[in-house]
Amino acid sequence: MAAISREEVAHLARLSRLAVTEEELDRFAGQLDVILQSVARVGEVAAEDIPPTSHSVPLTNVYREDVPTPSLAQEAALSGAPDAYEGRFRVPRILDEEE
Amino acid sequence: MTIIALPSYDDAISRYEPVIGLETHVELGTQTKMFCGCRTDFGAEPNTQVCPVCLALPGALPVMNRAAIEATIRIGLALNCEIAQWCRMARKNYFYPDMPKNFQTSQYDEPLCVDGYVDVTLDGKEYRIGIERVHIEEDTGKTLHVGGATGRIHGATESLVDYNRAGIPLVEIVTKPVPGLGALAPEVAKAYVAELRDIVRSLGVSDVRMEQGSMRCDVNTSLNKPGEEWGTRTETKNVNSLRSVERAVRSEIIRQAGLLDEGVRIFQETRHFQETTGDTRPGRSKETATDYRYFPEPDLVPIAPDPAWVEELRASQPEKPSVKRARLREEWGISEVEMQSAVNAGAIELIEETIAAGASPAGARKWWLGELARRSNELGIELAEVGAGPAQVAELQKLVDDGKLNDKLARQVLEGVVAGEGSPAEVMAARGLEVVSDTGALQAAVDEAIAANPDIAAKIRDGKVAAAGALVGAVMKTTRGQADAKTVRDLILSRLGVS
Repeated sequence: MAAISREEVAHLARLSRLAVTEEELDRFAGQLDVILQSVARVGEVAAEDIPPTSHSVPLTNVYREDVPTPSLAQEAALSGAPDAYEGRFRVPRILDEEE
Repeated sequence: MTIIALPSYDDAISRYEPVIGLETHVELGTQTKMFCGCRTDFGAEPNTQVCPVCLALPGALPVMNRAAIEATIRIGLALNCEIAQWCRMARKNYFYPDMPKNFQTSQYDEPLCVDGYVDVTLDGKEYRIGIERVHIEEDTGKTLHVGGATGRIHGATESLVDYNRAGIPLVEIVTKPVPGLGALAPEVAKAYVAELRDIVRSLGVSDVRMEQGSMRCDVNTSLNKPGEEWGTRTETKNVNSLRSVERAVRSEIIRQAGLLDEGVRIFQETRHFQETTGDTRPGRSKETATDYRYFPEPDLVPIAPDPAWVEELRASQPEKPSVKRARLREEWGISEVEMQSAVNAGAIELIEETIAAGASPAGARKWWLGELARRSNELGIELAEVGAGPAQVAELQKLVDDGKLNDKLARQVLEGVVAGEGSPAEVMAARGLEVVSDTGALQAAVDEAIAANPDIAAKIRDGKVAAAGALVGAVMKTTRGQADAKTVRDLILSRLGVS
């Protein structure tokens, strides 16, 4: 049985606002399935006494003090943006959203 | 669309039982953001408080702000929560340009604080509101929709984004569902938010100003018939004042009752509160928006607060607002209603400081809840910003107590003080407002008033002491209000041989 269905891939594509063709859906579903099946094999060897791992390094409580550090200048902050206007990032209208 | 006749509130509440829940966001007042050292100053030029971390530039790594974790634990402790011994941050994935990362760093199934409560007093009765969780997350950037007629998303052709706010620490406080309030649900909801605001303010971790957005509320409401299961809830966003909290619950109860009366099913949705009309309108569809695909944030290590640190914080918590109110009520000798009006006016600290500066509790309360409260209402500003401080109010009251100012003159002096003319003594001197204490001058004015009003004087001589008021008025007029009414009255009575 496939680890991920074609419908699930289509759903994820929609959530990510990616335009994916029918042909691509078939291809990505197949590729993602291979990846997920491989990862699933790790699950097979994990015994009950091994909790799911989210962090590979055994560290906790890494904090910084509440002390300001310099920010980027506005020009620098916007320099990588495809478009900007009056100091702000300019992005296309958000589709499918209504207030 | 069918138009449904809405029932009255009383009618709706006589047939349905409301269950409410509140989610409140508090922006912390830290110097820097949650995961980077960018400043959090309000009103800075757009995109000047941003860096590779909060702009999500490739390779940038977040590090948590210790002060934000401490503030969240303090809020949790103040709300009687258990503090988690170990928890993680999570990514909340969604596609929207208000976060450059395409996700918000938040907490999901492992909040930092859980299972607390707040006791809220309304009209002398106490209601316990359960707290489900308190978690830490980050605020989003501000989007400005342009090209449309109204500046809203609908009809806009593009959006302009400022990421200064993106990444400012935000604490979310979620109540458990609150049933059994009946008709009082809207008022208890408001009282809860007010209590929460006072608690957070007392901790000094946020300025909790709803009008500036540093405290924001979402209100959940559902209705069910008595004895039946709870209904489907709606979530009302955009509720940004205490009064709106009450109005939002009330209008949602009426709206849902109207639908249920017609046999229309309530469906779970996000609605937006309309400040102008006081009702709610449907918001964006949550069809896919709820699919946030949360997963543990790999770039941030788990939070495991040292129990000793938590106990240290617990031991150094400030006095709870409810305890403080009870203590001050005793010290000031006032009723619960009087205390409540001082709380509502935001005057507690100001009155306290005024008393500390030497005024009597009654004198301090009188000015802050009278002239100065009126001025702050008229100008729509905070009481602390009216232009007079506790030291000046205490000085003013001392001039009254010393007999140098009467009530009317003191008001004029206060006017001068808030207008920036100087201290009360300086204004009094500059405007020549001191009470006429020259007995000779006063005596002359009294004799003049008696001579001008022989009929009234005769009445007083005959024992009709109440008639003296007219003569006092005449003397006050000639002295342009600059006399002490009681002194004048005594002078008149002794002149006419009445004791």
